[in-house]
Formats: sequence, structure tokens, C-alpha cells
Amino acid sequence: MSDGPFPALPLQGARFEGAVLVEELAPGGQVSIRGDLADTTFAEAVTAQAGCAMPGIWQISGTPERGLLWMSPDELLLLLPRAEAAEAARALQARLDAAAVHALVLDVSDARARFRLTGPHLREVMARLTPADMAPGAFPVGHLRRTRLAQVAAAVVHVAEGDMQVLCFRSVADYTFRLLSGAAAPGAELAYF
Amino acid sequence: MSLRLSTGGRFTDRSREIRFSFDGTTLTGHPGDTLASALLANDRLLVGRSFKYHRPRGIVASGAEEPNALVGLGQGPRFEPNQRATTTELFDGLVAESQNRWPSLDRDIGAVNVALSRFLPAGFYYKTFLWPRAFWKHVYEPVIRRAAGLGRAPHPESRDADSYEHFHVFTDVLVIGGGVAGLMAAKSAAATGAEVLLIEQSPHWGGRAPVDGGTIEGEAPEAWVHRTLAELDALPNLRRVARLMGAGVHDHGYVLGYERLTDHAPGQPGPRHRLWRIRARQIVTATGAIERPLSFAGNDLPGVMLASAMRDYVVNYGVAPGQRTVIVTNNDDGYRTALALHRAGLDVPAILDARPMGGGALAAEAREAGLRIEPGRAVAKVLGGKRVTGVATCLAEGTGAVLEEIACDAVAMAGGWSPVVHLWSHCGGKLTWDAAGAFFRPDPARPATGADGAAMVHAAGAANGELHLSTLLQDAATAGKNAAAACGFTAADISVPQGEDTPEAPLDPIWIMPRKATPDLRMKAFLDYQNDVKLSDVQLAAREGYESVEHAKRYTTLGMATDQGKLSNINGLAVLSDTLGQAIPQVGTTTFRPPYTPISMGAIAGEARGEIFQPLRRTPLHSWHEANGADWEPVGQWRRPYCYRRTGEDRHAAVAREVTAARTSLGLLDASTLGKIVVKGPDAGRFLDMLYTNMMSTLPVGKCRYGLMCSENGFLIDDGVVARLAEDTWLCHTTTGGADRIHAHMEDWLQCEWWDWQVYTANVTEEFAQIAVVGPKARALLEKLGGMDVSREALPFMTWAEGTLGGFPVRVFRISFSGELSYEVALPANLGRAFWDRLLKEGAQWQPTHYGTEALHVLRAEKGFIMIGDETDGTVIPQDLGLGWAISKKKADYLGKRAQERSFMASPERWQLVGLETLDGSVLPTGALALAPGKNANGQRNTQGRVTSSYRSPTLGRGIAMGLVRHGPDRMGEELVFTTEDYDAADEAATTVKARIVSPVFYDPEGKKNDV
Amino acid sequence: MLILTCPCCGLQAAEIELAPGGEAHLRREGPGAPDAALENYLFNRDNPRGLVLERWRHAYGCGKWFLAARDSVTMEVYGTYRAQTSAPPPQIIDRIRQRHPDWGQGAS
Ligand SMILES: [Zn+2]
Repeated sequence: MSDGPFPALPLQGARFEGAVLVEELAPGGQVSIRGDLADTTFAEAVTAQAGCAMPGIWQISGTPERGLLWMSPDELLLLLPRAEAAEAARALQARLDAAAVHALVLDVSDARARFRLTGPHLREVMARLTPADMAPGAFPVGHLRRTRLAQVAAAVVHVAEGDMQVLCFRSVADYTFRLLSGAAAPGAELAYF
Repeated sequence: MSLRLSTGGRFTDRSREIRFSFDGTTLTGHPGDTLASALLANDRLLVGRSFKYHRPRGIVASGAEEPNALVGLGQGPRFEPNQRATTTELFDGLVAESQNRWPSLDRDIGAVNVALSRFLPAGFYYKTFLWPRAFWKHVYEPVIRRAAGLGRAPHPESRDADSYEHFHVFTDVLVIGGGVAGLMAAKSAAATGAEVLLIEQSPHWGGRAPVDGGTIEGEAPEAWVHRTLAELDALPNLRRVARLMGAGVHDHGYVLGYERLTDHAPGQPGPRHRLWRIRARQIVTATGAIERPLSFAGNDLPGVMLASAMRDYVVNYGVAPGQRTVIVTNNDDGYRTALALHRAGLDVPAILDARPMGGGALAAEAREAGLRIEPGRAVAKVLGGKRVTGVATCLAEGTGAVLEEIACDAVAMAGGWSPVVHLWSHCGGKLTWDAAGAFFRPDPARPATGADGAAMVHAAGAANGELHLSTLLQDAATAGKNAAAACGFTAADISVPQGEDTPEAPLDPIWIMPRKATPDLRMKAFLDYQNDVKLSDVQLAAREGYESVEHAKRYTTLGMATDQGKLSNINGLAVLSDTLGQAIPQVGTTTFRPPYTPISMGAIAGEARGEIFQPLRRTPLHSWHEANGADWEPVGQWRRPYCYRRTGEDRHAAVAREVTAARTSLGLLDASTLGKIVVKGPDAGRFLDMLYTNMMSTLPVGKCRYGLMCSENGFLIDDGVVARLAEDTWLCHTTTGGADRIHAHMEDWLQCEWWDWQVYTANVTEEFAQIAVVGPKARALLEKLGGMDVSREALPFMTWAEGTLGGFPVRVFRISFSGELSYEVALPANLGRAFWDRLLKEGAQWQPTHYGTEALHVLRAEKGFIMIGDETDGTVIPQDLGLGWAISKKKADYLGKRAQERSFMASPERWQLVGLETLDGSVLPTGALALAPGKNANGQRNTQGRVTSSYRSPTLGRGIAMGLVRHGPDRMGEELVFTTEDYDAADEAATTVKARIVSPVFYDPEGKKNDV
Repeated sequence: MLILTCPCCGLQAAEIELAPGGEAHLRREGPGAPDAALENYLFNRDNPRGLVLERWRHAYGCGKWFLAARDSVTMEVYGTYRAQTSAPPPQIIDRIRQRHPDWGQGAS
């Protein structure tokens, strides 16, 4: 697809500089993988494709640029460069089909918007919006949590201390960006955790 | 008169003066004052008028329990009614206005209600104004509306200028209340290593102890408070937040906290209020106790105040509530106030102690100070009009015969203390009657329980009925330790400091003062100040048979005002018990419900306002629609263009133009909102055969089929085109707004019923932009883009193909919801806008017309296609809609099949789908009913059908409609009479319209147009 | 507001992260079922004051359905368990019987 039409970001790279920095990232390549995570053939095929190990429950393996997110007991999200996504999905599905492993692999690179939040007291910013426990003990680096941010579903990926990514569906990108910007507004700093 | 003392004031900064305004008058106070203390310092005793009788009212309390001093605060977009002056921190420039007065606080017309009070007894709402009915609208209601109500609502056009937020936090132990008990409990819990959050509603830590005296480890309580705060702040596992009220305790340790961040400092950046949504494993309520008033005639006059509040004003704010204060008490605590006033240099002409034997050590101290003590005496009535001028005394046990009149300008009531049990009780904690203290206290054997079935709430200190320093600290330490232990933290041994206070003689509750008060006195003794409920009202309710405390409460409105009866509950209950001749524990209490005190609507809404009041879902083409004049229509949370008006066009004209373009040339529709769900696996065909009424497993790869889904009740829930992508893979289209619901429905059946079937689903709605290219020129446009064969032969009707168009990777479906030649093109969402632009550019020669949902509806209605939500309403089965052809007869089972066999579902009497054509060409109202002769058992007109969709068809130049009609398909050509929107049974000729039953397919019945 | 532990992903989910699904362990009645059985399946629910076995979906989370044994009065949770079963697991039954000794002995 590299020589095809150029994909637009859902919010054209929106950015808000508040108590923390909220930036819309290019979604990158995202491949949804459903299958039996405990199945060795499945795991081998997936890890070979991803280039990283299987993630633990609610954990991220690899990096946000190339890695695997544990999304549910039978679902992973493969993150990789967008240019590779369509072919990776096709190849992985073909390999699993050939091995007669029941699985569903789909390129969903355009289904979600992706935001990066960096700065101090990020846990407090997120705790304004999610009922999930943002305390260090409950949400360590390397973990993700699918939850709700105010009224929409989202996945919060804890990349590093003071560095999180939020994935939400594309249609609510504008809502989510406004939510995050509001929670990150200067003047509302709170140092709880 | 009340005024600022020359010394004193723990909270106030005398070195600075700040200005505020009350009812337009500029007054001054000090930082640290509350609005109440500042008003008192300015001798503003009269602060409001009561709810029902508009009686003049003054400040009674010093905290959250205040019933009278409610004011309108702020101006313009920051105006807020019913703010308690006692918990409003004074700031420079504060603007307040009194409430419930008209035209002014001093001269209030509504006060005439007082003269009428004998006609406004308990239950007057239910008894009065019933007759004559015609009077209600023009006489009673306008008068009552002006006179009743509490405060005034902000202007309807005004928008709150502040922001609000929520904050979610988890903790092991939450301690609510930052008095000495709360500090002790928090310290004890934190010593185990548990995470502790300690919250305090006021700006100050230490609670009442610094005012009430006694010692902790030999020091003044204030010193211990300071030392303990420093110790707590050194702990990494303890956090404390002031100005954060525990508003409500809910199931599973969910506690709402209400933090007021900038009320005391408006204009500061950041949110005004923060709603803390706390999840605590264990909760300690250290919420203290509230003093009770005494029920004597005139106890509501400005100048009559709780004894404890008086010493708060003296000690905390350096304000004298009066110059000459008569103390009336039924316990030793009243003497503390007498001594505090005396020490501040204020006159205490008499202490009326209702107990025949008088008091203990504190009384002795007062006597030594030279104060006059009158045991066995009570107040017969308070003298004065808008403020106290004196009291008439009597025997406490008598009827109120006056013994003496004592001139004074203030009266302090000390009726004993009631633990604040609200938060203990919110989630089911039960109470037990403490006869010695004459109060309800938490019953440790029956606490609120949590998810594990064990105690979740622990009461500590005064909130637990331990009112004295000598026992309170140990009680609080134990509560904190137990709470931490319940979280699995081993108790650490911490030394509990020894508290000491003066021992007290027993209290003697006197619920009616004097005990045998005559009826005229009882009619002037108020129990609930805010709702104007008098002693006589509760007695009347009991006599009229409202013997249950819950009934009496509602009948009299006792405790139903914004203060929720913090002062009145126990007194009211005691009077009810007394009247019924039952013991108080037998009568029981009313239910305590959150919030403890009112919290702002803004805090509840949090971020959900304005642009993000709710999520609006946007398609990849949203900004193009916005820039091109879309009139939006909400479809679920999606926003879709209803039509695109050009200059000078109304909606009708725009829709007609859009429909005509699609029929005659080229239309473009953003169909991205259509749900798209991929279903794959060895059992996917079998699964879809269960989900849809028709057969999907036999659909060849490359083909599309229209399908219907029903609930297990047999009712139609969704429809859409299914495409078979591969041997084991299908793509199911759902209605707009149906995607999440249908995906959840699929997962439900897969996970919970057929969990051994090998099927995976994925909701890929958001992955794709989908654009319908519609009309006779549709193929020409796609061919011009080039890249794949879209000819009739290569891509016949009801097939799909993958390829590229103009270099875009696409999946093209040859399906039609318009009856025209039509392609639905799906492509990655982030390429959607670029593709749309390309279509417009390349299609220019055919003048491509983007159309909205209304044109979509007209196009489908002209073809007789049903729409979920129009033709269906949750009671319609496919058979009603002439869709029997889409129900497989071969399948043994599908969801809803058994229900559709029920006799009512199979009845020929069900209304069935037909087309409807008005005889005059007009448009039938949607929802119009077809009249039938006669009336039903309820005397209502019989009906025989209804209009489900109705439009003006630009193609046919007339109104067309679909509807459900009894025996409809068998009655082609018959004329029916339909109601219009202003249907009037008395004038049916003018308010009905005739329509003929026709086929629902109005346009191209042979389907030639789309199969080209 | 409840907190339930999702047995599928281990998270303690707040009630607002969950979608309720009504009574658990219903037996589906399809074609051939007598009217009375169908009526029971579609419409008749016990809605007891006390022990309830109910369906929840971790909708704002892992997306899985699970079942919960809970007391509708005290809000005590006896346990959550996977949806792919026709009865609660033994250890949950034990916990239920501690509070409801007669449960499961004959008439439900
Ligand atoms: Zn889960």
C-alpha cells in the first residue's frame, strides 16, 4: 500500500499541550487475532509473525510500534508498521488455515484512533475518566487495561512511567480527544498517586 | 446584638479585612470567616424566611446541619441557590442574597401565611386547594408558586461558568471525618500498612475537640491534632484531603466524595468541584455528632441558636452571637457554652436546666463563675418579633405558666447530641437506641456489609455514640485497626493516647418543653425549621393515623427539606413516639439516604457537558459533510446527514433533488455507519443459520444475501446483507446503530449457548468507510476510476468482489437499497475521505449528488423496503412484513422459530404490511391510525391499522406510505380512513384522510432498474 | 455499585464496565417444545429476594460473558464463574449454602 493513496489520521494529528501532552499518533498497523492462545501452533505462528513473545494477561509484549497486546482470553492485537499490516494479516491467516488452526486474523489498522499522553501525574489524568484503578500497584508499566473513558470503550496501554497510549474506536476519536484534553487541562493538577 | 469580639477566632485572620455583600449591602469580614460568622459579626441575625410560613429565621447552627441560613450565592452564570451560609467560606467580593422573601427580607408579604398557619396544618398539601377545581390554575397555583419553594432557579439561559470533574480512586481504608476520632482511626489503620484515605468536609482538621475542651495526653486537643497531622503526613500510605465531604456510602465500598476546590476562592484555575468516586475495601465513619434543638414555643426566632454553635462562633471566629444569652439545657454540655460565653466577657443572665436536680461538675464550675442556674426550669416561650428580646420561663414539668421574663438577645439550646449515623446507615447499617444519651447509635452487630458478606463500615468516636474524649480515642483506634484487619493487614500495636474530659451528670430528654405544654405553645414550637413542621403537626399526624414513622414523615414533610432533618429527626421521632405512647426504638427511624448534604449538579455531571455531553460518533467523511451543509440527524450515537440544503432550499426541496438525482443520474451516500461483522470458523455457517431466519450456509462464496434476525421472542431485531467472503468466512451487515448490539448478541449465543462451536466474530464496522454509488451512471463512474471489472457480467446483482478502484483497495458489493443500479464500496476508513473526493471529481460530468438519510428513506420506501425501527417496533415478526420468503422452511431451528409458532404469532388477524396511497395525494402522518367501526371495551375507537413510514415521493409526485393493516394484503384497493395529527373524534370529516391499500412496491415492481 | 471479578480475565470490574444479562442457567427451548416450556423459557423469571445466579458481560473489558452468584439483598457475592456451565462450581455452592442452607435441595 506504500505507493497507494495516503491514509488520513482520524483527527489529522490533533495535539493538546496541557498539564500533560496529548498527541494523536498515526494508528500504525493493527491486526486483530482471535484464537486459542494456549494452542502451541497458534502461539508459534503468532509470535513468529510478531517477532515477540506472547504477552501475559493484560500485558504488552514488544513495543507499541511492534508488539502484541493481550485484549481478551482469545484475542490479541498485533501492532506493526501500517505498510506491513495487510500482508501480515493475510500471511498469518493463511499459515493458521494451512495448519488447520481455528483462528480469525484481520487487518484493522483503520478501526481505531491512537493517542499518546506524556507528562507528570498521568495516572491522575486518566483516573478522572476511567473507573479502573490507576494506582502504580494496580496498573504497572507494561500493562494495558481495557475499560471505559467516560462514556466510550478504550484501551489504555502503559508504555512507561509518564507515557501512556489510548486506543479508541475511530468514530469517537473526537470525543475521546476532547475528554483527554479536558482531563489534562492545566490548572487541574492533582498529585494523588 | 451580635458582633465581633475583641479577641479570639482560631480560624480567622484579624489582620485582614475582606468585603462581601448581602442583599445589596456591603459588609466586612475576615479571611477564615464563614458567611454565617461574618453575618453574625455584622449583627445580621435575620438571614432568611421559612418555606411555608415565611417566618423570619436566623442562623441556628455552625455547620452542615444548618436549616435556616440558606442563601443565593454568586451572580449571573455563577448564581446558585440554597447555599448554606454556615459552610460557605467567606472570600473577598462574595455576593449573597436572602431567599424566600418578597419584596424584601424585612417586609415579606408571604408572612401573612403565619396568620393563616392554623389553616396550613400537617398534610395541607393533600387537604386544601382541591375545590373548586377551576380555582387551581388561576388562583391557588400562581399564589403558591410565588410564596412556596426554596430559593430561585438560575436563569434558564444561563450556563454554569465553572468546570467540574470526577476522580476515581481505590483505597484499603477510607476514613470519613477529620476530627480527633478520624485522625485516630486513620493513624491506627495506617500503622498496619494499609492504604488510608482520610477526608474532611470542612477546611479544618480536629473537629469539635479544640472548642469543646478536655485534654489528650495532658495537652489541649489542638496540640495533639497538630502533632498527629504531622505524623500522618510523614506516612507514605496515608493521604488526607480537606474540603472533601463523604456524600454517600454505596454497595461494595463505593463512596462518593464531594470536594469543593474553588468555592472559597473563585476565579482560580481548575475545576470548581471534584466528585471523588472512591472504592474502599473498608470504611470508617468518624462523622461526629450534631446537637439537638429543644422544642419550645418561639424556638425559631432569630437569636435562638444551638448552644454548641454559639461556642463555635465565639472560639473559632471571635464572634458573639449575642450580648445577653439565656442558656436552656437538658444536659451538662449546655454549661460549656455558658462558660465559653462568660469567659468571652458576654452576659449569661440565666441557665435554665430542665433537670430537677441540675447538672454535675460543669454546673458546679458555672456556679463558681457566678452564673445563675435554675434547675427544673424551662422556656415557656421566646419573646420578640424579628429577633429575640427575652424569654418567659416556666416549670419544666408544667404546662407553660410563666414564672418570670428574662430580657436577653440570644437563647442557646442544648438538647443533647445525636451521632451522625447517616453514612453508617446509607448502605444498610442498623442502629440501636441509647437510652442514656437519648440517641440512636450504630449497632456494631448489624453493620453494612460488603461483597464478602462481612462488615464494610465501622463507626468511630462520636459518630459511634462515644461522645467523650475519655472513651472516644480508644473507640476510634479500634475502628481503624478493625478496618485494616478486615483488609488483611495485621494490627500493629500503637499506643492510644489517653483523653480526659469533665465527667457529666445524666441527660434528661425533654422532647416537649415544657413537658405538658398547652396547645397554643405546641403550635409555636418548631421541629423542622426548614420545612416549617411544628410539634403540633407531628401530633396531628399521629392522631390522624399516620403512625408509621415513614408515613408521618411524608405527611408532615418532617425531615424532607434539603437538610434532611439533621436537627429535626430525633426530636420529631420522639414526639411521635410520645403521642403514640410507644417507645422510641419501637417507632424506629426513617431511612438515611445519600447525599449527606446536597452536592452540585455540576459535580454529578463532571465532564459530561457541552461538546462532550455524550459521545457523537463520526464517520470518516464527517468533516466533509459538515463543510458541505449537512443537516444532521442523530441515528443512535452516530450523526448522519439528513440532507444537504443548497442556498434557498428547504429540507423538502433538498430531499426531492437528492432522490431525483439518484433515480436519474448519480447519487453518493455515506453508508459507513452500516454495521460490519466478520464471522469465521468451521461452524460459522451453522451458526449463521441459527442467527438468521433464512439459510446462510448455502450462500456461495462471492455472493450476497439479504437476511433477517429475530429475537427468541420471534420479533424482528435486525436486517442486512450477508456476503460470503470465503469457505468458512461471512461478512454480516447490520443496521446503523445495530452493529454493537448484534455483535454482542452473536457473542452471547457463541459464549453462553453454543460454546463448543468453532466460530470467531469480529466487529469491523469502524475499519471501513462505505460509500454507496447509486444511479444509472454508477457503473460509468466506477469504470472511469478503473482497476476492476464492475460490469453486469463480472459483478452481477447480489455479488461482491475485491480489487482496486482508482488505486484504492476496495471491496465492492453489488447491492441496492434504492432500487437503482448500485455499488457499495468499502475501503479502509482512513482512505475514505480521499476516495470520496475522487468520486466527486471523476463523477463531475454526471453531477454526482450526495444524498442524506431522508433521501435514502424515500428511495427505499418507493421500493417497499422495510426499515428496522420504522416498520418494526419490537412487536413485529417477519411474517407481518411479507417477508415470509426470507424465512427458511427447511431449517429445523433458528432463533425465534419456536416463538413464531405460538398461536398469536401465527394468527391471520395480525396486522400486515401494505402500501397506502391517499386519495388526494397528500402525505399521511407517520403513526396515523386506520379507524374501524365501533369502540373497544375501554370505550376507545377501534382501529385496524397504522402507518409505519410515510413520505412525499418526488418520483411519483405524491404521498406514499407503508403501514400495517388487519388482513391488509387481502384488501388491495380498499379505502381506509386514517387519523390526521389533529384528529378529533367529534369532527372526523375534517380531521381524517382517506387512503387506498396498494402494493408497498411503488416503483419499478419488476426490479428492472437495479439489475442492469 | 457492584464490583465483580471477571473469571475470564481476572480483572475486578466496576458495574459500569459490565453489561447485565439477566438470569443464568436458562435452558433454551426450541422447535418442538410445548407452550408451557417455551413460556417459562421466554418470560418466567424468579427474581428472588436473596440468592440470584445471573449473567454479566465484561463489556468494557475482555468482552466475555460470565456468571455470578450474588445476594440481591445484602449484595454479598458468593463467586463468579464461567458461563460455559449449567450449574455453579462446588466451591461456590459451598459458599452459597453457608448463607442459604436449603438452596438447591429440591425446589430451587
Ligand atoms: Zn474480563
